[in-house]
Amino acid sequence: MTEARIFITTLLFGLLCSSILRSAQAVALADGFTINGRVKIPSELNIPSAVAGAKGFGLLGKISDVKVILNGGQRATFLRPDGYFSFHDVPAGTHLIEVAALGYFFSPIRVDVSARNPGKVQAALTENRRALKELVLEPLREEQYYEIREPFSIMSIVKSPMGLMVGFMLIVVFLMPKLMENMDPEEMRRAQEEMRSQGVPSLANFLPGATRN
Amino acid sequence: MAARVLSFYLLLFLSIAQLGVSLYEDQVGLMDWHQRYIGKVKHAVFHTQRSGRKRVMVSTEQNVIASLDLRHGDIFWRRVLGANDSVDGIELALGKYVISLSSAGGTLRAWNLPDGQMVWETSLQGSKPSKAFLLVPTNLKVDKDNLVLAFGGGCLVAVSSIDGEMLWKKDFAAESLEVQQVVQSPGSDVIYVLGFVGSTQFDIYQINGKNGEVIHHETSNYAGGFSRNTLIVSDDMLVALDVTGSILITVNFQGGKVRIDVKPISDLVGYYSGQVELLALRLGRMFALKAHQHIALISVTNEGKLEVAEKVNSAAAISDALPFSEGQLAVARVHHEDNKVQLTVKLGNDWSTNLLDETVKIDGQRGLVQKVFINNYIRTDRSHGFRALVVMEDHSLLLVQQGEIVWTREDGLASVLDVTTTELPVEKDGVSVSKVEQNLFDWLKGHVLKLKGTLMLATPDDMVAIQAMRLKSSEKSKMTRDHNGFRKLLIVLTQARKLYALHTGDGRIIWSLLIGSLRKSDACGHPVGLRVYPWQVPHHHAMDENPSVLVVGRCQLSQDAPGILSFVDAYTGSEIESSGPVHDVLQVIPLPFTDSTEQRLHLLIDTKQRGHLYPRSREALGIFQQKSSNIYWYSIETGNGIIRGYAIKGSCIHEDSDDFCFEPRDLWSVVFPGESEKIISTATPKLNEVVHTQAKVMAEQDLMYKYISKNLLFVATASPKASHGIGSATPEEASLVVYLIDTVTGRVFYRMTHQGCQAPVHAVFSENWVIYHYFNLRAHRYEMSVIEIYDQSRADNKDVLKLVVGKHNLTVPTSSYSRPEIVAKSQSYFFTHSVKAITVTLTAKGITSKQLLIGTIGDQVLALDKRYLDPRRSLNPSQAEKEEGVIPLTDSLPVIPQSYLTHALKVEGLRDVITVPAKLESTTLVFAYGVDLFFTRLAPSRTYDSLTEDFSYALLLLTIVALVAAIVVTWIWSERKELQEKWR
Repeated sequence: MTEARIFITTLLFGLLCSSILRSAQAVALADGFTINGRVKIPSELNIPSAVAGAKGFGLLGKISDVKVILNGGQRATFLRPDGYFSFHDVPAGTHLIEVAALGYFFSPIRVDVSARNPGKVQAALTENRRALKELVLEPLREEQYYEIREPFSIMSIVKSPMGLMVGFMLIVVFLMPKLMENMDPEEMRRAQEEMRSQGVPSLANFLPGATRN
Repeated sequence: MAARVLSFYLLLFLSIAQLGVSLYEDQVGLMDWHQRYIGKVKHAVFHTQRSGRKRVMVSTEQNVIASLDLRHGDIFWRRVLGANDSVDGIELALGKYVISLSSAGGTLRAWNLPDGQMVWETSLQGSKPSKAFLLVPTNLKVDKDNLVLAFGGGCLVAVSSIDGEMLWKKDFAAESLEVQQVVQSPGSDVIYVLGFVGSTQFDIYQINGKNGEVIHHETSNYAGGFSRNTLIVSDDMLVALDVTGSILITVNFQGGKVRIDVKPISDLVGYYSGQVELLALRLGRMFALKAHQHIALISVTNEGKLEVAEKVNSAAAISDALPFSEGQLAVARVHHEDNKVQLTVKLGNDWSTNLLDETVKIDGQRGLVQKVFINNYIRTDRSHGFRALVVMEDHSLLLVQQGEIVWTREDGLASVLDVTTTELPVEKDGVSVSKVEQNLFDWLKGHVLKLKGTLMLATPDDMVAIQAMRLKSSEKSKMTRDHNGFRKLLIVLTQARKLYALHTGDGRIIWSLLIGSLRKSDACGHPVGLRVYPWQVPHHHAMDENPSVLVVGRCQLSQDAPGILSFVDAYTGSEIESSGPVHDVLQVIPLPFTDSTEQRLHLLIDTKQRGHLYPRSREALGIFQQKSSNIYWYSIETGNGIIRGYAIKGSCIHEDSDDFCFEPRDLWSVVFPGESEKIISTATPKLNEVVHTQAKVMAEQDLMYKYISKNLLFVATASPKASHGIGSATPEEASLVVYLIDTVTGRVFYRMTHQGCQAPVHAVFSENWVIYHYFNLRAHRYEMSVIEIYDQSRADNKDVLKLVVGKHNLTVPTSSYSRPEIVAKSQSYFFTHSVKAITVTLTAKGITSKQLLIGTIGDQVLALDKRYLDPRRSLNPSQAEKEEGVIPLTDSLPVIPQSYLTHALKVEGLRDVITVPAKLESTTLVFAYGVDLFFTRLAPSRTYDSLTEDFSYALLLLTIVALVAAIVVTWIWSERKELQEKWR
């Protein structure tokens, strides 16, 4: 626990020391505030190697295509090369920030800009209600837009309709005679009689079942 | 027994089948296409240094900033700004950044030239709205840092071009100065700021560009008053018009001294009438004046005298002056001659010298030239050559070089207003496209290749061949109708009043038409296109008659402007006839009747709620009068919060009326309390939707009857504070009320209040349900709610067998006046994204289950199964419910990445999504448009009624061969065995 705390304080100290002091703070202006934040996209991509080189995923990790949207489209901005973004002249109140980045799922962020306490911005992910210490937005997960083709296996051939057809035929040809051989002749006769006595099943029996789907 | 097993397998199959649609990566482009556009170009800046790629940076009216390849016209990169972030100007700085000023001078951004990465962004908060200028002086430097000057919101701001830091700021709004122009004095650091105080006082400020200090300030008066139309001519002269627009004022401010001269325009250009306008062009020591359908180019002599250099027709376009060598300026002028376009590049200092004179043939359907930008290059013989970027009336972009069109971009398609579809011609002897058809051998070869692909035996070369074969499949781009109804024509109306027909197979343009009756004329100053409707759909005469569409337009943007109707042949793309200007058009109601030529009857409602019947024929009138007692419509007055219902009363009584005009009769009105409720959104069922069954079989063989009526209207109202965007209201003062209203009787069927919820509301109405998307302020998340309505009056009629056999009295006509008992079921779910558009899949017979298509804020289209929005979802569904497919309750709707229809693409600037049923019941066609276009086809419950594209015929053949071989082998075996038995 203490170790963790020390870690956090050093982290904060490091942040303070660095020249970038723009994250998660609002600067009071004439009538509006400025929301500064940062989008962080993990550099290592855990994409299966099968599709990593494919063209659709060349888009991933491209920071220049990321758009940050305030309040469902009232304003939109882009990311600077270091991932920072800002919205200027935002009135006090509760706002919603969304990140549109192809290949990643970002939770929308609820941002409270306080009027009483200028310079204070509170942020929380709306998807899981997790509060953010500072406005650093990270994707919740990566998005795969394509199904991954299963590599070829003998099972997939067997499972295909054609495979089933062949398999069924093989069973009939090779297994059925064996079964018939093993069957007791008495039993067989009994079964045949039973079938005869039941007669042809009537269509009406199936009607409720047929309507169900 | 067999049926049981079958139904069991079916259930198994259904439960295995995912609730989404998904795509393998190698299927991209098989049934979808995507086209990228930028819109109508406003500004263009060339970047053609000697080495490296040649490009042109453009900004457009669709708020796009893009870098285009000058060789081919392809997009290198493109950024779509927000909807309210229109671009005021773009410039190049430092040779590596594109600087853009947008939001009326509110935002200054720098973009990296090669890849479009935003480098910096600076917000310029001005104090009051004003004109906006962007100025990148060439030699204004502070500590090796080039400055960018931006004027907006009444403030002049200097910004470092390296990091966007604000260096100084000067507020002119405080001095109530309306700044008209900002110019840099050549060769010095002095910036001139010119403007007016009131209407008569002219002010000039000299500002030190390095620190923003005012060096000199001088004022001067002109009693006649200035209009706000000004122009900078040369480095020390400003041209303005007086308030009456008949006198030209030249203001000479050389060295900070102001001298005002006046000259009546008629002295210069002779007789003229109408409005005079100064064209916003920079022409060196010249300016252009537009008066009386002519453009007068007026040059300023060194002594300050004005002389008319040339008068050209107003259909001409003139470029800005381009300095090209040793202080020489080139100006391009483009005008139309017959059906050719004449491009002339003249020397700005000496108008009689032509540097270039070329004739280019441009398709007449592109209309007039609107804008031209020029750029020079050095030819191999060291002379100067010029290329011109031309923006046409239909918003297309052309590059002209050496008398030829190098490339063309159809950027009119970035501003689609409305879409409809028509069928393609039926295949007949003359039309057959047999050339592209494959023979049997090719077909088999293709399938063998495919089989190799499935068995993973294919070499990389084979894989490439397979992919190319699939993409090129001639099947999908044929010009005839197909059995499945996948091939259609999308008829698209754009803001430029041009109609395009796109083939659904590959998105190519079949024909395009600049609608003649919707072009600018004396009677119609600013025509706008509104909607496009299918007018004539021949079924009986499909072989020899062409379908046609109706295009409705208006003379002006205002609702009471006269309307224009145009009828266009959907196969040839020619205007059959047009009428207009006619009465104003508020609403167009396609009626469910057609005349003997299969023209659909349309009732056009004007602002006085009178109905006008089209087509104007006796026969149509006869049909209409027979049915007129059953025609109802309504009007929504959003401002007053009133919805009124009308019916036909009788023929019009006012003078100059004809037989085809009908007076309305007020039936009902619903008035919403203005202080607490404001109409923000409405939705109605689609008229062409087909509903397969009126009954819904619940678990335990229970029946519910859907209440299905096309006369239902969904209305969402919100408290006034909650009707604006998010961030302006608190949960306490926000409430959202939704209504279901019968539009025949005005009866409110259902009303529900969502406390703490607010606009924007997007709704979709289908069958017996409505789904709407809104913002919940308490949870601070978006929500989607569903309302399903059922008819309780028939609830006791529960004989499933009768229903199945068809003996049920469902065919009994129902009436809106019969006061049905209605039960509504409702439930709400969280949804992650903001939404731009919602629609629902439509299929030919309405049997296939429905999916919602949601255009998200990220410009993607997400398919969401309607079963997720079932009001009967509960935490622990019973076994019977599970079997029926009810999904256990979750608080939010899933966003499954594989069910994005647009997969790894974006439909930038998405505005709407439309769906069209294919002939194949399982399939629906989806078209999404915005700045980009995207088309795909979708099978909401998979293609259960046809083999998929991937189906391997070769494998089938192989299996059959194997089976036959097996039969032969076993037969031989058994013969042999029998023989052995007999021998024994």
